[in-house]
Amino acid sequence: MSTARPIAARPTTARRRLFSAGAAAWPLLAAVLGIVAVWYGVTYLVLAPERRFLLPPLHEVLGNTLGNPNVMNPMFDALWQTVGVALCGLAIAVVLGIGYAVVMAQAGWAEKILYPYAVILQTIPILALTPLIGIWLGYGFSARIVVCVIIALFPMIANTLFGLQSAGPAAHDLFTLNRATRVQRLLKLQFPAALPSIFTGLRNAAGLSVIGAIVGDFFFQQGSPGIGGLLRTYTLRLNMDALFMAIILTALFGVAMFSVFAALDRAVIGRWYGRGAA
Amino acid sequence: MTRTLVLDDVAKAFPTGTVALEGVSLTVAAGEFVSVVGPSGCGKSTLLRLASGLDEVTGGDIEVNATSTSYVFQEPTLLEWRSALRNVELAGELRGAAKADRRKRAQEALDLVGLTGFEKQHPRQLSGGMRMRVSIARALVAEPDLALFDEPFGALDEITRLRMQTELQSLFALKGFAGLFITHSVSEAVYLSTRVVVMSGRPGRVVADIPVPWSYPRPPRLRYEPEFAALTGEVSAALEEHS
Ligand SMILES: Nc1ncnc2c1ncn2[C@@H]1O[C@H](COP(=O)(O)OP(=O)(O)O)[C@@H](O)[C@H]1O
Ligand SMILES: [Mg+2]
Repeated sequence: MSTARPIAARPTTARRRLFSAGAAAWPLLAAVLGIVAVWYGVTYLVLAPERRFLLPPLHEVLGNTLGNPNVMNPMFDALWQTVGVALCGLAIAVVLGIGYAVVMAQAGWAEKILYPYAVILQTIPILALTPLIGIWLGYGFSARIVVCVIIALFPMIANTLFGLQSAGPAAHDLFTLNRATRVQRLLKLQFPAALPSIFTGLRNAAGLSVIGAIVGDFFFQQGSPGIGGLLRTYTLRLNMDALFMAIILTALFGVAMFSVFAALDRAVIGRWYGRGAA
Repeated sequence: MTRTLVLDDVAKAFPTGTVALEGVSLTVAAGEFVSVVGPSGCGKSTLLRLASGLDEVTGGDIEVNATSTSYVFQEPTLLEWRSALRNVELAGELRGAAKADRRKRAQEALDLVGLTGFEKQHPRQLSGGMRMRVSIARALVAEPDLALFDEPFGALDEITRLRMQTELQSLFALKGFAGLFITHSVSEAVYLSTRVVVMSGRPGRVVADIPVPWSYPRPPRLRYEPEFAALTGEVSAALEEHS
């Protein structure tokens, strides 16, 4: 979070950021309470007692899982595995996405030739591609990462490209008049101008990398299972308490990833434009 | 006197078929500050782009006798992620000047435009007038022989605009570069310049070239003198006659 960064060490700024982070968390907390309320409402008011196993009340889910290491330990191991896949896939997607966009930004024809591939990658439903990836790469760690990269790549490419092209014609003229080289133009104009968009892409890619990692887990069960693999196992066994606990964990994981990158975005971009840097 | 910028029978037609300029001849000598006024769309910006080498003529010749040319755009065109000082440093940085040297020059240029103490501020933290001052500092830091201005004060409020005019003519008096200044304000042109060139509507041609007699630095109250009014009247008449 931004408050943990050494840059925010000045007390007033740090406190202001902490305060705004707290203020930003309120709606989220309210949403969580809302979901819990609907959950209980459905459990007790909608479902007849004999059908209540379809949505056991939250306290039962937590009570039957949290205290039981035989349930929770494999679940945390699996989550950890999935976190690894998501972060790994995200890192690869960031590098590939930025690289691809930089190449496209070099010339109009490069963009015309290369952009359609990115669009096609984005529009093929990942579920159609996943079985093939398994056949090609096996059903282990690398296949999971590939699924994750494919899902997370497009927002990185699209946002980076948009950002690299966001510098105005006058700014480009300024660089031309000063006889800037292509590399100078990229590093001192296009890339810095793209930074806000790159962070937007990163935020979206982070959320998608979680989905990608879980989809990968779900399909590829070789090696130690990820949380997606457990979701499948629990579903097959109709182990409802564990299933709901696993869903809660994946949701928390997704929210955490998104929040971390949203906070990173705010902190970096705020400093970028000199806010609070007086 | 060095003829810093010479345009000889210059024409510019765009691939779209638009003929922006036709038969434009114009000379700016060292120590001259020439303003160009003309109806909008008559090719004034095009003229500057040709003079700076950003674009190429389709007829006639351009001769530039300057080791360094600077360009002040209509918008301040600052890099938002850089402080004022680092924005002014940009040109030196791109041309590979040593860091200590370019930083010292940038500081001097900021002092010159009255921005001492604002070095670390980013563009978003500065007012419109201050941003334009940074832009002018960035243009003057390279000690240009030829300085080109494309309606730099057009977007500023009237009070800021008058103050910037006063500052710019004293900078000109101090530095003595050859200046070519585009504006749509007749009084701005007369107040700033040694000569005012009037252009016709598109395709733009030079239809009047009116010398301005007063020496520099010029006091702000010059604007309220009868001779000033007479000269702006003369320029306005030429403008109206040909637009
Ligand atoms: N790159 C371009 N391609 C085609 N037409 C252009 C281009 N730049 C300017 N023009 C046209 O040339 C004319 C003169 O433009 P400009 O020099 O910007 O006028 P001014 O600065 O006097 O308002 C306008 O009609 C404009 O539409
Ligand atoms: Mg113009």
